[in-house]
Amino acid sequence: MRTPFTIRVLAAMPRSGWIAMGLFAAITLVLMPALHLFVPEGHPFHVSNYVITLGGKIMCYAIVAVAMDLVWGYAGILSLGHGMFFALGGYAFGMYLMRGIGTDGSYQSHLPDFMVFLDWKELPWYWAGSDSFVLTLILVLAVPSLVAFVFGYFAFRSRIKGVYFAIITQALTFAAMLLFFRNETGFGGNNGFTDFKRILGYDITSPEMRATLFALSALALMLALLAGRYLATSKFGRVLAAIRDAESRVMFIGYNPLHYKLFIWTFSAMLCGIAGALYVPQVGIINPGEMSPANSIEIAIWVAVGGRGTLIGPIIGAGLVNGFKSFFTVAFPEYWLFFLGALFVGVTLWLPEGVVGLWKRIRARVAA
Amino acid sequence: MTDTGPTMKRLLLTLLLLLLPASNAFAALDPALVRQLAAEESDDKIAAIRQLGASASADAAKVLKAMADDELLVADEAVFIFDGEQAVDAATGAVIDPVPETYESITVNNRLRSELANALAALKLYDPDRAVRLAAATELQSNAGIGMAPILAAAMAKETDAGIQALLKQAHALANLENPDAAARLAAVELLADSASPATRGLLLPLLDEANEPDAAVREAAAQAVDAIEARLAFGEILGQIFSGLSLSSILLLAALGLAITYGVMGVINMAHGELLMIGAYATFFTQTLFRAYFPDYIDWYVLAAIPAAFLAAALVGMLLERTVIRRLYGRPLETLLATWGLSLILIQAARMLFGAQNVEVANPVWMSGGVEIMAGLVLPWNRIVIIGFTLFVLALVWVLMQKTRLGLFVRAITQNRPMAGCVGVPTGRVDTMAFGLGAGIAGLGGVALSQIANVGPDMGQGYIVDSFLVVVLGGVGQLAGAVWAALGLGVVTKFLEGWSGAVIAKIVVLVIVIVFIQKRPQGLFALKGRFVDN
Repeated sequence: MRTPFTIRVLAAMPRSGWIAMGLFAAITLVLMPALHLFVPEGHPFHVSNYVITLGGKIMCYAIVAVAMDLVWGYAGILSLGHGMFFALGGYAFGMYLMRGIGTDGSYQSHLPDFMVFLDWKELPWYWAGSDSFVLTLILVLAVPSLVAFVFGYFAFRSRIKGVYFAIITQALTFAAMLLFFRNETGFGGNNGFTDFKRILGYDITSPEMRATLFALSALALMLALLAGRYLATSKFGRVLAAIRDAESRVMFIGYNPLHYKLFIWTFSAMLCGIAGALYVPQVGIINPGEMSPANSIEIAIWVAVGGRGTLIGPIIGAGLVNGFKSFFTVAFPEYWLFFLGALFVGVTLWLPEGVVGLWKRIRARVAA
Repeated sequence: MTDTGPTMKRLLLTLLLLLLPASNAFAALDPALVRQLAAEESDDKIAAIRQLGASASADAAKVLKAMADDELLVADEAVFIFDGEQAVDAATGAVIDPVPETYESITVNNRLRSELANALAALKLYDPDRAVRLAAATELQSNAGIGMAPILAAAMAKETDAGIQALLKQAHALANLENPDAAARLAAVELLADSASPATRGLLLPLLDEANEPDAAVREAAAQAVDAIEARLAFGEILGQIFSGLSLSSILLLAALGLAITYGVMGVINMAHGELLMIGAYATFFTQTLFRAYFPDYIDWYVLAAIPAAFLAAALVGMLLERTVIRRLYGRPLETLLATWGLSLILIQAARMLFGAQNVEVANPVWMSGGVEIMAGLVLPWNRIVIIGFTLFVLALVWVLMQKTRLGLFVRAITQNRPMAGCVGVPTGRVDTMAFGLGAGIAGLGGVALSQIANVGPDMGQGYIVDSFLVVVLGGVGQLAGAVWAALGLGVVTKFLEGWSGAVIAKIVVLVIVIVFIQKRPQGLFALKGRFVDN
C-alpha cells in the first residue's frame, strides 16, 4: 500500500529539519517584515531597505542553488547554463513590470521606453498578454521549463553528459545572452528592463511591497527545499542517484534515464524561473548580463561551497558566497576575483563535500 | 658660439635670397590662360583649368594646386601667389613689388574643385615618379569626366608601365561614357565590362535607362557589362568569405589544438585555456616593449622573437597549473572544470593588476600590415595570410611532435588507454605534465597570432573557450585531424552565415548545428572506435 502523500512529505525531512524550517519561517515571514514595517527608521531594531533587499536577493539565489543541486548533486548533470533559466523567468516577469509602467516612462508612451527609442509603433506579438498578471505567472513557469524541456530532450536523448553537457549548456546561455543583447530581439537590448513602477497597481518601492517580496522569496525557497527533499527521498530520487552513479546499469535494469533526467532538469529550470521572477522586482533591473557564462558557473560554486547532494548545503553556500561578495566588492573590489577563483580551486581540492560535509566530519570527530 | 650666431644667420639669409629666384623660375605659362582662372564665369575658369591640366608642366600643377588651396590670389590684373613674404606672378614667376594692397583669392566652388582635382591628377600622370603616376591613375578610376578623355589619351600614349596603362585605359573608358558619339560610348562600355569594381557598376547603371542613354546598342552592352561585373563582384565576395572563413578557422584551430591535446590526454576541460592564449598575447606585448626599448632597429622582427617567448611563458604557467591543481583532481572532470574556471579568474585578475584593465597596444610589424589585392574590391590583409601560414606551421609542428617523437608516442598511448599505457611503463604522471605544457604552449602560440588581429586585454581569452571546445567536440576527442576539419568547417560556415544573417544569428545557428550534429554523432567527426569509448 502506498504511503499517503502528506505522510511522505512529512517524512521528507527529519524532525530537526522541520524545526529549523519553522524557525526560518517565523523569522522571514513574520519577524523581519514586521521589523521592517513597524519599527521606525533609526531604531536599533529597524531592518533597513538594504538588508531586506539583500536578503530577498540572496534567497532568490538560494532557490537557484537548490535547483542546481537537484540536477548536479542528485542527477550528476552539471549545468553551466542555469543563469539563462533564471534570466528567462526574470524577463518574463520583467515584461509585466514594463507594461506596468504604463505612460509614466520618459516618453509617456504606452510602449516601453526602449521601443519608443527604436521607433517601434506597436508591441511585438510575443509581448501579447504581458499586461495580465496571471498570464505572466504562467509565462514565468512555462518559458524556462519549455526551453529546458526541448533542449534537455535532445541532449539527454543522445546521452550527452559530463563536460560535454556542461559546455553545451554554457554555449547555450552564451548564445542566449548574445540574442538578448540585440535591440531587435525586443527585450531592451543592452539595458534590459528597468525603471519599474508597480505590481498589481501597488508601488514597487514601498516598504510594504519590499516586505511582501521578501516574504514571498522566503516562502518560495522553503517550498523549493521541501519539494527537493520530497523528490530526493522518494523512489524517483533514488533512481536519479543511481543514474548519476551508473547510468548504463540503470538502463540494464529497465529504467529509461531520459524520463528521469528530463523531469528533474525541467523542474530545476522552472525553479530558476520562479527565482528570477522574484529577483527582478527586488533589484529593479534585468539585463542580458544575467545570462553571461560567468554568472551561471558561479551558481555551481554556491552549490559546491555548501555541499552537493544535500539541498540545505547549497542554500548555505549561496548565502555565504553572496554575503562575502557583497562585502568584498565594496571593501576590496580588486581582490574579489582572486577570492572567488581561490574559492573555486580550494573547494574542489579540499572541500569536495562543502561546508556541510566539513560540519559532518567535525561532528563525527567530536563524537568519536 | 654666441657671437658666431648672428653671422651664421646672416649668411644663411643671403644664401636663401640667392636661391629664391631660382625656385621661382616659372617656365612661363600663358599669362592670358592664367588670368582666365580668375574669370567671372565658372565655364571660362573650367576651360582654363582643363587647358592647364593638359599642358603637362610642373608649373601648371603648382598654380592649380594653389588655386585648389585657395591660395591663388587676384588683384586688379595680376594673378599671383605668395611665396613667403613675396608676391609672385603666377604665370611668369616675376616678383611683384610692391605687394598689392587689396587682393582676394579666386572663388572655387565644388564643380571647380572636382575639375581642379582631375586636372591635378592628370598633371601627375606625367610625373617621372612611377608611384605618383600610379596614384594619379588610381584616383581617376572613379571620377574621370569627358573633359579628361583627351588628357588620358595623351597620357596613355606616353605611358610605358603596363599596370598604369591598364588603369589609364579604364579611366579613359570611364571618361568616354559621356562621349556624345555612340560608337565611342559603346567601345567604352565594352571595355569596362572587364572591370570588377562596384564604382564602375555604379557608373554603368544609369546607362540602362533610356532617359540617360539614347542608343539601344549601348544600353544592351551596358546591361551585359553590369551583369558581368556583378557576377565578378559576387565571385569576389564569395572568395572573400572563404578567406575570412579560413582566417577564422586558423584562429579557432590555434585556440583548439592545445585544448584537443589536453582534453584528449587528461579528459578534462581546461577552462583556463583561454587565459593561456591571453598569456601568449601578453608575452608578445612584452617582447614588443623589450624590442622598442633595446633593439629599436629590429622592431619589425619582434614577432619572431615573441613566438618562443609566448610558447615558454604559456607552457610554464600550464605546467604549473597541472602540477599544483589539475593533477589532484584527476578522474573528476566536472570538478576540474570548476577549479580551472577559478584559475582563469585568478589569471585574469592577475593580468589586470600587472598590465592594467585596459587593452594594451600590440602593433603589426611593417611586413604584416597592408594587404595584397587579389582583384578589385578584394584585399587580403597580410596579417591574416601570415596567421594562416603560421597555423600550418604549428600544425606541422604538432604533427611531428605527436607522430615522430617519444613524447608524442606516450601521449597517444595515454589518450587511448591510460592504465594499459601505465602498465607497459609509460610514466603517465610526467607525460601528463609535459602534454599539458605542450597544449598550453600551443595556446601561447595562438596568443601570438591573436595579438596581431584582436585586442589584447585581460578578458581576451574568455571568448574563445566555448568556440574552441566546440571544435574539440565536433572533431572528436583526442583526434587532431578531427580538430582540423572541425575548425575548418566551423570557421567557414560561421563566416558564410555571418555574411547572410549577421554575427549573432550566425553564432546561434552554428551552435544549433553543433548540437544537432552531436545528436547524430555523439563521439564527433572522427570517433575512437572500440570498447573504451564509453566512460
